[in-house]
Amino acid sequence: MENEPVVQVKGLVKRYGTKTAVNGLDLVVATGAVTAVLGPNGAGKTTTIETCEGYRRPDAGTVRVLGLDPVADAERLRPRVGVMLQSGGVYSGARADEMLRHMAKLHAHPLDVDALIERLGLADCGRTTYRRLSGGQQQRLSLAMAVVGRPELVFLDEPTAGLDPQARRSTWDLVRELRADGVSVVLTTHFMDEAEALADDVAIIDAGRVIARGSPEQLCRGGAENTLRFTGRPGLDLGSLVKALPDGSGAAEPLPGTYRITGSVDPQLLATVTSWCAQHDVMPEGISVERHTLEDVFLELTGKELRA
Amino acid sequence: MSAGTYTPRPGAAPLPRMIAAQTALETRMLLRNGEQLLLTVIIPTLLLVLFSAVDIVDTGSGASVDFLAPGILALAVMSTAFTGQAIATGFERRYGVLKRLAASPLPRWALMTAKTLSVLVTEVLQIVLLTAIALALGWSPEGNPLSVLLLLVLGTAAFSGLGLLMAGTLKAEATLAAANLVFLLLLVGGGVIVPLDKFPDAAQSVLGLLPVSALSEGLRDVLQHGASMPWAEAGILAVWAVLGLGAAAKFFRWE
Repeated sequence: MENEPVVQVKGLVKRYGTKTAVNGLDLVVATGAVTAVLGPNGAGKTTTIETCEGYRRPDAGTVRVLGLDPVADAERLRPRVGVMLQSGGVYSGARADEMLRHMAKLHAHPLDVDALIERLGLADCGRTTYRRLSGGQQQRLSLAMAVVGRPELVFLDEPTAGLDPQARRSTWDLVRELRADGVSVVLTTHFMDEAEALADDVAIIDAGRVIARGSPEQLCRGGAENTLRFTGRPGLDLGSLVKALPDGSGAAEPLPGTYRITGSVDPQLLATVTSWCAQHDVMPEGISVERHTLEDVFLELTGKELRA
Repeated sequence: MSAGTYTPRPGAAPLPRMIAAQTALETRMLLRNGEQLLLTVIIPTLLLVLFSAVDIVDTGSGASVDFLAPGILALAVMSTAFTGQAIATGFERRYGVLKRLAASPLPRWALMTAKTLSVLVTEVLQIVLLTAIALALGWSPEGNPLSVLLLLVLGTAAFSGLGLLMAGTLKAEATLAAANLVFLLLLVGGGVIVPLDKFPDAAQSVLGLLPVSALSEGLRDVLQHGASMPWAEAGILAVWAVLGLGAAAKFFRWE
């Protein structure tokens, strides 16, 4: 499936009145991959996604989805693309299974509705109408509606917002199953762990632009260095430790007996530290390697916390 | 669900199947909604029974049900095509239903077709029920059924245009309030239960141009007085239909 990208956004600009929501954004989504659009509230995630879905007309730039123009070719595109809106989208008086069955009827080869209801834990909605469902049930119904038509590409706008941890895991599993079966997935999120756990590709956006992109590993490696921590006897001679470490590494004792080694933390560095400890008769306790997270990347790039 | 379950196999269902499914769903939503049933069934039925049995309003010579039944049929059309449709569509817009459906394989024109069919199905149910009640109350309708049908269709088109215009431009709460207010005002001032000639002359000529007046007076001309085809009233309804549907098509906002 290594052919042209399923989504290609170039120089997208979208303004609402005097406010610029998206400001020259580029995005490429690979076929068959899970791509996360990550950013704080108001960064332009939803506007970008909704432009790809054909809801908004770009003020500048081009958007191609499955090689088509989402506005001009909407009729051809809609059966091939699954959409999960951030909220709503269901008749307030409709039952979950009723709405899902209805969406299935609009497609030529839908999934088995009963199996999907079972899979997403919607069976316990029973005869309850949409407005009385819990937030989590509403989210799961919306997700089911996005996939029931067996699309090639799904757009999920904050698919796990408001879900409890168990439902969140279950949604993650579904996203992985979609990818395994060859469905391309674009999701927006402001949860770092979600992007790290699910995405093959992450585009971090802030103030309407992509400020970094790559796999979670690339992004986490690209920023500041990782950290190794341990505790031991206070007042160790850190000068001799730093000499033993590769160039560019550092060592500090922020609190008496608490040590922090910064640098490119790899197995070799860990071995160097422990053998240095052995030579100095130090028993290092609580050794931990702190992996650099997307959260740190975001903080470094923007100077802001991600959670708005 | 096993591997391969989600393997893409996209495609839109055939149009007739989509429209039939959408019509069935819209109709179910309408019949399930208590407030809608109050407007479309209970109020017209109560007015018909109450005003036929008790001489509250002077309805001129002849049995009062002969005057009332055509007006109540006009009210039924207004309650479904205008009030009910405006409120339901307004809230569908507010809750993102129209937005979500716009991303489905169902084309917009097919959604509007389904909404119209759902209105027509509801009207048929209303007319059957109200006609049966009116006949039981001693109604003896006259005239050409085809003229009646044409007036009902023109009335439905006129009210649908106005209802969709309201639903597609105002906030849902504003639509709810305005649609109910208009329903009440037109019920009183539109020749439904109060004959237009009870109003001062100047008011009469204006009120006569309202769609509900044109529909109730037109139906009365045929059903009470045996006229063949009230062209003036049909013309008024046609103008409202063109203006309303035209404005709705131009100004309707899906989100």
